[in-house]
Amino acid sequence: MNRTVILWRVASFAVAAGFIALWQLIANLKLVSPVFLPGPDRAWAALVRGFSTGDLGSKLIGTLEHMAYGWLLASIAGIAIGAVIGSSRTMRTYIAPSLEFLRPLPVSAIIPVAIAMLGLSQAMALFVISFGAIWPIMLATIHGFAAVEPRLYEVARSLQMSRLAVIFKIALPSASPDILAGMRLSLTVALILSVVCEILAGLDGLGHWVLLSARAFRSADLFAGVILLGVTGYVTSVAMALAEHRLLAWQAAQR
Amino acid sequence: MTADSAKGLVLPLTALVALEIWARVTGLQSDSLAPPSDIVMALFGALADFSILAATRDTLFSAFAGLAIGTVIGLALGIAFGISDTLNRLMEVTVESIRPIPSIALLPIALIALGFGYRMEIVIVAFACVWPILILSRAAVRSIEPRLMEVARALRLPRLQQVWKIIIPAALPRIFVAFRLSAGIALIVAVTVEIAINPLGLGAGIMLAQQALRPDLMLAYLVWIGAIGYALNVLLVVAQNRLFGRAALSGDGR
Repeated sequence: MNRTVILWRVASFAVAAGFIALWQLIANLKLVSPVFLPGPDRAWAALVRGFSTGDLGSKLIGTLEHMAYGWLLASIAGIAIGAVIGSSRTMRTYIAPSLEFLRPLPVSAIIPVAIAMLGLSQAMALFVISFGAIWPIMLATIHGFAAVEPRLYEVARSLQMSRLAVIFKIALPSASPDILAGMRLSLTVALILSVVCEILAGLDGLGHWVLLSARAFRSADLFAGVILLGVTGYVTSVAMALAEHRLLAWQAAQR
Repeated sequence: MTADSAKGLVLPLTALVALEIWARVTGLQSDSLAPPSDIVMALFGALADFSILAATRDTLFSAFAGLAIGTVIGLALGIAFGISDTLNRLMEVTVESIRPIPSIALLPIALIALGFGYRMEIVIVAFACVWPILILSRAAVRSIEPRLMEVARALRLPRLQQVWKIIIPAALPRIFVAFRLSAGIALIVAVTVEIAINPLGLGAGIMLAQQALRPDLMLAYLVWIGAIGYALNVLLVVAQNRLFGRAALSGDGR
């Protein structure tokens, strides 16, 4: 990083700090009722208090657990199903049109069906989150498998590799940029659906926390929860981008 | 091509027939599944008494109103950030710290500030739509052929006219792509807000059907919501191809 980049960064942080100061000013002058808008000082205090009593920490872990289980399940199932569909032309012609039809469906519409089947339970949340998160991963895997350089398949044929070997040694590595991009998209979907499921089913998590705070008009706690959700979204996507960078380093070197 | 699209129909049709036969043979009694024929009947019933149409109107109204507001804000910011690198760099931290907040997390804030109804839903949809429009229109403005901007400068067009006569027309194909993506997001967010909390529209309709233990009606709503999402997508893709042809794809400047 050279000096100008650092200077711009500092200036950019200063602007953000200016917005927070403006927020504080609006709250102090009570331009917006403090019932709806706590100042950043009160939101911060609520955040600290929530963590020191352990309440907020356990809610955060709850949300992260919902998100992680659903996302991992979706990743495994999505890559497996996507690999099976993507590696065979026949499967693609029969199944891909149905998937294209289902893709624009707002996944949250599956929630009532899941509630009817599984009740307001952890299983329901797991089902909904993984159902929602599976689409980007599965479609990206199918696309990645379909777009593998055909000459690689020819090499595999002349080496007489088995289908499993072709999938693991050729198709998966060359489709990995697509798959990882799909997994990153799914992360956001998983977070949103975790929050919705917690709100609806009253499961332990930040979604439930923000709803309860809103019901009780504890706006500082509410903002603390929302800030924490923003941080969660940010940190998970940065972590995923780093992992992507690491995992794809060999490909970047090749090009 | 027609043979291939016929093959695409095999799987869903087989599944429907299998479900129908299975449900009829076992005399299915369930809170979550219904034979396809009952679902079709429920859908026709809901269409006949206009309940599903009224719900569709409510959902689409909220989604489109939010989309319109989000597009205007996102476009204004995107163009401003695209033109001025200084502004873009100064706002970077602010934008990057607000953007990752999941739109649905704003639901409780909107709820206590605005109460149930259209307004809170519109605000949440607008928030969700701002970001893709902002990011993509910023990229679109930056990739405008530099010679066009030189022409604008040579003509001494005032800033506003530059935006109106040069930048927006040149970036329009890619802005429309962003709009199409956001329209899909708007519908998803609207339905999600309705399912989570807002007693309005299709999302509330499907929740009500579930609570009334009417699996046929619930699945009819699900099919209908899917059809709306599909139709919206097809409509916008067709519009994009008609209006811009390949320009929407080739505007990358590569």
